[in-house]
Amino acid sequence: MQQIFNFILKNSNRLLFLLLLGISLSLTIQSHSYHRSRYISSANVFTGFVYEKINNVKEYLNLREQNNQLANENAQLKKLLFNNTDSLTAGNALPKPAGMENVKVYNAKVINNTFNSKENYLTLLGGEKDGIKPDMGVVNSLGVVGMIEKTSNGYSTVQSVLNIKSKINAKIKKSNHFGSLTWNGKNVGFAQLIDVPRLASVRKGDTIVTGGRSEIFPENIPIGTIDKVYIDKATNYYTLNVRLFNDMTNLGHVYVIENVKKQEIQKLEEETKNE
Amino acid sequence: MNSTFITNSLRFVVLLAIQVVIFNNIDFLGFINPYPYILFIILYPVNGSKAGLLVASFFLGLVMDMFSNSGGVHAAACVTLAYLRPTFFKFSFGVSYEYQTVKITDKLTPERFSFILIAVVTHHLVLYLLEIFRFNFIWDILLRTLLSTIFTLLLCIIIIYLIKPSKR
Repeated sequence: MQQIFNFILKNSNRLLFLLLLGISLSLTIQSHSYHRSRYISSANVFTGFVYEKINNVKEYLNLREQNNQLANENAQLKKLLFNNTDSLTAGNALPKPAGMENVKVYNAKVINNTFNSKENYLTLLGGEKDGIKPDMGVVNSLGVVGMIEKTSNGYSTVQSVLNIKSKINAKIKKSNHFGSLTWNGKNVGFAQLIDVPRLASVRKGDTIVTGGRSEIFPENIPIGTIDKVYIDKATNYYTLNVRLFNDMTNLGHVYVIENVKKQEIQKLEEETKNE
Repeated sequence: MNSTFITNSLRFVVLLAIQVVIFNNIDFLGFINPYPYILFIILYPVNGSKAGLLVASFFLGLVMDMFSNSGGVHAAACVTLAYLRPTFFKFSFGVSYEYQTVKITDKLTPERFSFILIAVVTHHLVLYLLEIFRFNFIWDILLRTLLSTIFTLLLCIIIIYLIKPSKR
């Protein structure tokens, strides 16, 4: 017994070091391994508050671009509204009564954005009290931004498209061939669409949009255009280099999308699997 | 509560604040960020409590992780640096470093430079190894370590010699 105490006393620093290293390594490994498992994230009151204050200053630097983007989006929406003169479809342009819509949209503001590491995250001003929950889609007027990973009362973190862990169902707009949108960790302007069947006719410049297969994003949200086509030697599928419509290094306001039918779909799939 | 304790706590807070507000936003060439917040570990008194340094650097790293959504990589890198610090002292200043009053905030000698260099390289290597965590990015890890080390080293030396303690 005496010897054990002596050992602990003599090596107390080493043991403390091993303990702390163990904690930090397990936090690291956990954050790399599973989806939505990190305990330490910037979606908490302290870091959220600091980022909000920093963003209050930085916001002024790109107001002009944000304004342009907003005006373009307004023009687009006005075009939809004015061109809808057909009496048969006129009703569809108007909002459905509350409780009937498939998709809910919340407004949020990006207060922190990283794009220099392999696993990039954004921090949003807007959390549970605004209706934002984990696993919702995040888009802006140009295209897909990412998925909500963690939320707190007033803030939330987003796993960006530029994250080697992210995988989004996407398709070629013209031919409806599906693939998965991933990122290879190299260039912030490009993502990769993998596992596209060789049957698909792909051409440089074709548009890539989200596919309807995931419960997170609605169908036909723009992602980017094909920049280069490779054939993956191991699997014999196409790998497409996609030039993103979004400039991921410069994001302002974003929309968080909630699929209201998601729980119903998940429940149904769960039941089918169990049979 | 002696003055060393207060100086160190102040340094902890100020370095973290500067790191989060300024240096995390530099993104030189799109991916190089300097991390001069490790000056806290480098400048910690030589004969100060080792357990205290370990715990302090763990929390220093943990706050950084919180801000950069990186799991526990900064904490791991900081704890490693704090633990290996006496070894680096021995390497740079000789065996009897504890009996000399080593102060980093003096003239820049080759010994001091080598100490800061080794400390920064160790921290950054552990940091990027754990952050990227994949073998197929090994060249990326080494490149980032090299470039960020140069950047951090320059900033550390500039900070140390610009903001000397006022007593002369």
